[in-house]
Amino acid sequence: MSTPPHVELLYTPPGFVRDALRVARKDLLIEFRTRSAFIAAAVFAVLSTSIFRFTWEQGRVSPLVLAPGVLWVIFTFSGILGLHRSFGVELADRALDAMMASPMSRESIFVGKALANLAFVCCVQALALPAVGLFFNLPAGQFWWGIAGVSLLAAIGLVSVGTLFAAITSNTRLAELLLPMLALPFFIPVVIPAAQVTSMLMNGRPFDETIDWIKLLAAFDIVFVAASTVAFPFTLEE
Amino acid sequence: MKSTSVSTTVGGSGAEGAAARSGIDWLLIAAIMGVIAACVNVLLFTPTELRQGLAQKIFYIHVPAAITGLYFSVIPMAVVSGMYLWLKDERLDRVAESLAEVALVFVAVVLCTGPFWGKPIWGTYWQWEARLTSTLFLSFVLIGYMVMRGAIEQPEARARLSAIIGIMAGCLVPFIHLTVYMFTTLHPMPIVLTPNFNKQNLSPEMTRSFLYSLSAFLLLFVAMSRNRYRWATERDRLQALEDQR
Repeated sequence: MSTPPHVELLYTPPGFVRDALRVARKDLLIEFRTRSAFIAAAVFAVLSTSIFRFTWEQGRVSPLVLAPGVLWVIFTFSGILGLHRSFGVELADRALDAMMASPMSRESIFVGKALANLAFVCCVQALALPAVGLFFNLPAGQFWWGIAGVSLLAAIGLVSVGTLFAAITSNTRLAELLLPMLALPFFIPVVIPAAQVTSMLMNGRPFDETIDWIKLLAAFDIVFVAASTVAFPFTLEE
Repeated sequence: MKSTSVSTTVGGSGAEGAAARSGIDWLLIAAIMGVIAACVNVLLFTPTELRQGLAQKIFYIHVPAAITGLYFSVIPMAVVSGMYLWLKDERLDRVAESLAEVALVFVAVVLCTGPFWGKPIWGTYWQWEARLTSTLFLSFVLIGYMVMRGAIEQPEARARLSAIIGIMAGCLVPFIHLTVYMFTTLHPMPIVLTPNFNKQNLSPEMTRSFLYSLSAFLLLFVAMSRNRYRWATERDRLQALEDQR
């Protein structure tokens, strides 16, 4: 909409990216002040690692065989803890209605929420990776950088589809129950290649051999990010 | 179909139409008879495959159920869900709801019949390979779709949010179809829904039996979807009457 030349703008609406960053900053600030979801996810990650550690029969199963599965179970389920909170905080005092009444586009709200969730999941991953390495006595090496990269790539897909389903289920009576039920089947196409690459890298396979899986992971990321961004505006209606 | 019978007693002119439909559903009976006839035809009048033996007969149930469930139920459900988001017509929501439930029935048939073939041929009932796993997870999405519908009170929000899930479920179908090409899987390659259909290795008798089975399953799909849609219509009509009181 063009502005008539005689009208002086007192307020310049921010752009898409700035809106998204503002939403992400708000969410991360709330999380930084309360730390409720992060502490819950961190405790979950460390407890899960220790439980897996005690189910592991040393000597019969190599830790390099077990660790990729442990890592991805932890990443998947601890991420859900943060995703659920993402829209839960907006329900109090009908904050979501205020966001919708603002000049921000729905897509920028989604991208902002997804960015905040991505930061959350990456922080949990940053904690879980050394925890698993430490508890399972995994060797140090360059492959950890590859695993960190794959974890980030997978987190993008998980967070995009997870944020969409968090928005959907926040409107329901069974939000805590429905989010994992709906989101996990869509996590699988992301988790399968990510877990495969993690396993291959941990077992000393060269990075070149993992390229096909990484391409598949990147393809799912693109599909999920695009589909979730397009679908998200329909989850919010006044 | 309890609510159908209730609505016929409380409704006005619409209820008369419902009463007229409350008799025997001949289409459903014909469809069930068709499926039974197709099974008899497969067991008694279709040649047994040389290498796989009797286990191959599962093909005539498993594949038509998969085609009906995935391509005739889930994909139309996704399309109708998309149309709902565009047109906001509650009839489209009822169609999507009906197709989802019928799709779950056929996907369940696929998941239940597969292991009976897998045990003698693969030596195991289940393999965690890409196609089986993705089909299993599609069934979880469909169950989640139905649970979610029950968890939302407002009809408009229920229809809108479930339409999004419906579209996402539809996105899984091309992935499931392509899994056998994308991954190293035990699952056989497609011999029906493939560009090489003319070169496929089914004998004419087998092709005929397969087409009989597919026709019977499609008829059953139409009858079940129609019944489920009618039930949803009556349920909404009853709800509207209760809201008026």
